[in-house]
Amino acid sequence: MAGQSCLVANDWICWEYVTSRSRELTDATVEHVWITGISVLIGLIVAVPLALLARRGRRWAAPVLGLTTLLYTIPSLAMFSLLLPLFGLSASLVVTGLVLYSLTILVRNVLAGLEAVPEDVREAARGMGYGPRRLLWQVEMPLALPSVLAGIRIATVSTIALTTIGSIVGKGGLGNLIAPAVSSSFKAQVLTASVLCVLLALAADLLLLGVERLLTPWTRATRAPRRAGRVAGRAADRAADPARAGAAVASGASGASGASGKGA
Amino acid sequence: MDVLSGAWDWLADGANWAGENGVWHRLAEHVYVSGVALAIACALALPVGLWLGHLGKGGALAVNISNVGRAIPVFAVLALFMVSPLRGWGNVPTIVALVLFALPPLLTNAYVGMREVDRSVVEAARGMGMSGGQLFLRVELPLARALVMTGVRSAAVQVIATATIAAMVGQGGLGRIITAGFNTYNTAQVFAGALLVALLALVVEGALVAADRLLPRRPAPADR
Repeated sequence: MAGQSCLVANDWICWEYVTSRSRELTDATVEHVWITGISVLIGLIVAVPLALLARRGRRWAAPVLGLTTLLYTIPSLAMFSLLLPLFGLSASLVVTGLVLYSLTILVRNVLAGLEAVPEDVREAARGMGYGPRRLLWQVEMPLALPSVLAGIRIATVSTIALTTIGSIVGKGGLGNLIAPAVSSSFKAQVLTASVLCVLLALAADLLLLGVERLLTPWTRATRAPRRAGRVAGRAADRAADPARAGAAVASGASGASGASGKGA
Repeated sequence: MDVLSGAWDWLADGANWAGENGVWHRLAEHVYVSGVALAIACALALPVGLWLGHLGKGGALAVNISNVGRAIPVFAVLALFMVSPLRGWGNVPTIVALVLFALPPLLTNAYVGMREVDRSVVEAARGMGMSGGQLFLRVELPLARALVMTGVRSAAVQVIATATIAAMVGQGGLGRIITAGFNTYNTAQVFAGALLVALLALVVEGALVAADRLLPRRPAPADR
């Protein structure tokens, strides 16, 4: 550490910056995480009814999918600015914008997951006396889970990246550190905040991948057909007793996992 | 809503359209930067993606590159360029960032488009004695067109959107109208600028969809 410190020299990599501003960095990261988390959560809550609406037939599917795709076309800076008169300079503005973006991916994946549920599984459940609501939550949703989770993963990763734009209204998590550092050419701050942002996206991706594996163990067992019945049985227990017909669940699950690939 | 009428007044005022900070100049910058970047990205990504798809190699690369692209914030990359020596090079930081973010959709769709061509058609063409080059030009390329065009379209929309963010680090483009409005607490201007940017993105998307429909369509597999 002889000579001048890396803060004075304005180096790209500066450990002194990280230690001396750790409070600021932590606060920004925490803000980043909660803005992303809330946005994806609300996005999911909105996306499920929209997907159910779109499933009712072409009359609903075209406007729902068209509108959510249209929203995705609007550049993020414009989106946040268009919401300004409604929300003012607040975190709810950023969250609303991010929710609207997440809908594109989430609605599509929820819909793809639901549509991949084989008709004979539905028939079997109806034959066993399942009403429409129980059919949805206990049979169709568990089978759509792989596609839904894949959607959540994509939406979360892109939302983490988009949150930085929220710095235009001062609520951009790590973006708040990047914006002022550009005008003052503070290299260490720009690099550290950027790297943290990418690491955050990476961590979220891995975490959600783990959740995906934990919640849908049957998707990995499709290559071993002999064990499929047993695994599906376990999955059935976990997913609150979706359908007691083990074989039907297994075939449904493989169909849904196929759809998740396309949904992504 | 007085913001709406304020935005309308702002747009109706001819003074806001002229000069270096006017709409016309910013629009020209936006279109120029986006066009150059898209052309460079297409020139780089399409040959590579199509060729890899023809060979059937590098599939994991094509998929992973788009996943990585999604995780990296555009704003961070632009910010990094603006604190690097690239800063003094005019529009270059924006163009480089735009190219980087246009590459993933182009590469992935070109590759996937080539791979999704029906294998039996490719086998039949081989059986008829077509060479690799003939197969590529006469069979695979026409059949892959729909997906390749989808890639170009999403890259174009991505580029337009990213060029807006360039304003946040002091580069040109329509986004500057928005950021200037923020700096002067002029909500009407912010709203007007946002309307212009959103409109540009939608018009570009619409124009590309129309162009794709108008182009002569060979007997291709049904669109998805």
